[in-house]
Amino acid sequence: MADGVGVDLDNVWIRFGDFVAVREANVHINGGDFFSFLGPSGCGKTTILRAISGFLDPSEGRVLIGGNDMAGIGPNKRPTALIFQNLALFPLMKIWENITFSMEVKGASTAERRKRADELLDMIALEGQGDKLPSELSGGQKQRVAIARALCAEPDVLLLDEPLSALDLKLRQHMRTELREIQQRVGITFIYITHDQGEALTMSDNVAVMRAGIIDQIGTGHDVYDRPATAFVASFVGENNVFRGKIQEIQGNEALMQSNRSGLLRATITPSAVGELKVGDDAMMFIRPEALALANGDSHDKARISAKVLSEEFEGNSYSVYLEGDGGKEMKMSMPNLGQDPEASRGQDLTLSYDVGNAMVMPAGELASE
Amino acid sequence: MKKPLIFSQFFRNNGKMMGGIMMFLVAFWIIVLILLPQLSMLDFSFRFNLPPKELGGPKDVYTLHNYRYLLYGADGKEGTYNTVDLMVFVRTIIAAMAVTIADLILCYPLAYYLGQSKGTGFVRLLVVLLIIPYWINEILRAFALRIIFADSGIVNDVLMTLHLIKEPIDFIRADIALYAGLGYAYILLMLFPMYNVIESLDRNQIEAARDMGASWTRIHRRIVIPHAKPGISSGMTMVFMLSAGALAAPQILGGPSSLWFTQLVYQWFNGSLNWQQGSAYAIVLLVSSIVIVMTFMKIFKVNMGDIGK
Repeated sequence: MADGVGVDLDNVWIRFGDFVAVREANVHINGGDFFSFLGPSGCGKTTILRAISGFLDPSEGRVLIGGNDMAGIGPNKRPTALIFQNLALFPLMKIWENITFSMEVKGASTAERRKRADELLDMIALEGQGDKLPSELSGGQKQRVAIARALCAEPDVLLLDEPLSALDLKLRQHMRTELREIQQRVGITFIYITHDQGEALTMSDNVAVMRAGIIDQIGTGHDVYDRPATAFVASFVGENNVFRGKIQEIQGNEALMQSNRSGLLRATITPSAVGELKVGDDAMMFIRPEALALANGDSHDKARISAKVLSEEFEGNSYSVYLEGDGGKEMKMSMPNLGQDPEASRGQDLTLSYDVGNAMVMPAGELASE
Repeated sequence: MKKPLIFSQFFRNNGKMMGGIMMFLVAFWIIVLILLPQLSMLDFSFRFNLPPKELGGPKDVYTLHNYRYLLYGADGKEGTYNTVDLMVFVRTIIAAMAVTIADLILCYPLAYYLGQSKGTGFVRLLVVLLIIPYWINEILRAFALRIIFADSGIVNDVLMTLHLIKEPIDFIRADIALYAGLGYAYILLMLFPMYNVIESLDRNQIEAARDMGASWTRIHRRIVIPHAKPGISSGMTMVFMLSAGALAAPQILGGPSSLWFTQLVYQWFNGSLNWQQGSAYAIVLLVSSIVIVMTFMKIFKVNMGDIGK
């Protein structure tokens, strides 16, 4: 798998007139990786994908596939295959013709194409459906046909532009697993575009989180979830409680932050900000709802926050408790549903505790807006 | 059982008053404007051209005389064919086909460009510029072309200034003006149906095909043209039917020797006051045009239902 073809973006800028869609993107994607670009709509992730597939040229910088500069090479000549957001199956062609269109282009005989279509239909568990039209298939089946069509060209790199966004939740979750399995089986590089952090985290080896044309962080799912590099990443990937304040004291990789509304808080400095964050800086501290817990006897080595319960929601596998801190700061805590009632009821005063290792502090920055 | 249900549904959706008015208008259109005139023409075409007082008399019987005339000419000369009129007929049909194909070739790139460039201001301006000449009467447009193609017209002027020709070309006599006039008269009816279908083609399909290595010719052959087929066929049907049935352009732009089949029909009605003979000619033109269109639709596997799209 390590011998797959890698993709590099070398100082890529993409401008549309005065608008900068992608700013100084430097990305190394390992061969055989499942790599995701994650970001809100309009952040430039699709633009990057189009630059890799060859539908547009970067204004500056280079796109390299397998170490070769792709400048001046059209989409039909690149070793990439693109799966479109709306799949773009050819509605007037039968499934087998759709799947083997790349072979038709190369002049393969009908018999060859039929044979290859049958193999690919087997792979995507649609045996014997080759003579149907795309309109006769369900959403998930069309999805799989689009994958088979892209794989038929035997690309070195498969590019996927939010292909799951049109599916309903159950199917989407199922297709995640399936996509990951297919990727493992064929062993080629997958580059996946999504605004859904769940998709990015479950499928990817590595994730690049983008904001307004800028890549904020590249790392594994764990990196971006547990050690976000910027306030944007922390607030965009998963849910987070954010506390604003000023750094009062720094001890190694931990800091004490004087928060605006919740007193002194102790947290770990996120790795990318160690050495950069100074006493007196505006900072933000993030704690995940699941990292907050009710303080009890054996949590004296943990940091504490006191808060009052505002409301509580039952979500099946967990409870979400909405709280208000002393200074009016609102927080969310989630507790697993282990069969007993939560010990929180409206208006109750609670002391919450958290592990300093789970609270990340970093320079203040732009947050993701919902 | 089915029809009353549709009718009652229609009345329920539209109310008795509105539903009634709409039903009446549709019925009026179909019966009074389409069926009755055609049926009376059909009836005329099978009758003798009799003086008024003999109408309803013993001589007023159905006959194939008018149709026989188109094939064999004046009575008594069986075995010889009415070559003059038949040649005009064949020439009209072939020229109308040629005009249709020329319009198709001219319009396809334009329709593709307009349809795929996402309604920018420039495209909208282009469409308006295309339509503006059609605010002018068809006859005036034909005269304008006659002036353009005249001996001292702009086309000859330009060609002579560029020293491409020494003597002015007689475009009228060569029927070039006629074909240009016919082609131009109905070109928008070719353009707009094609523009509409091509506009509805998902750009991603073109990009997907390109991504898979397809050449531009293959993309058009396999993706764009199959998608545009309903528009192409409705455009071709309209242009063919209308040019075969055109009268103004052949009258004004036709050379002295060239006759368009509709001009023969016109002569029978207005010159010879033989409506029966004219009806027979008109029916032959109509039926042949329909048969030709249906045959081509069969060959290119176009459904009647797709044409309206």
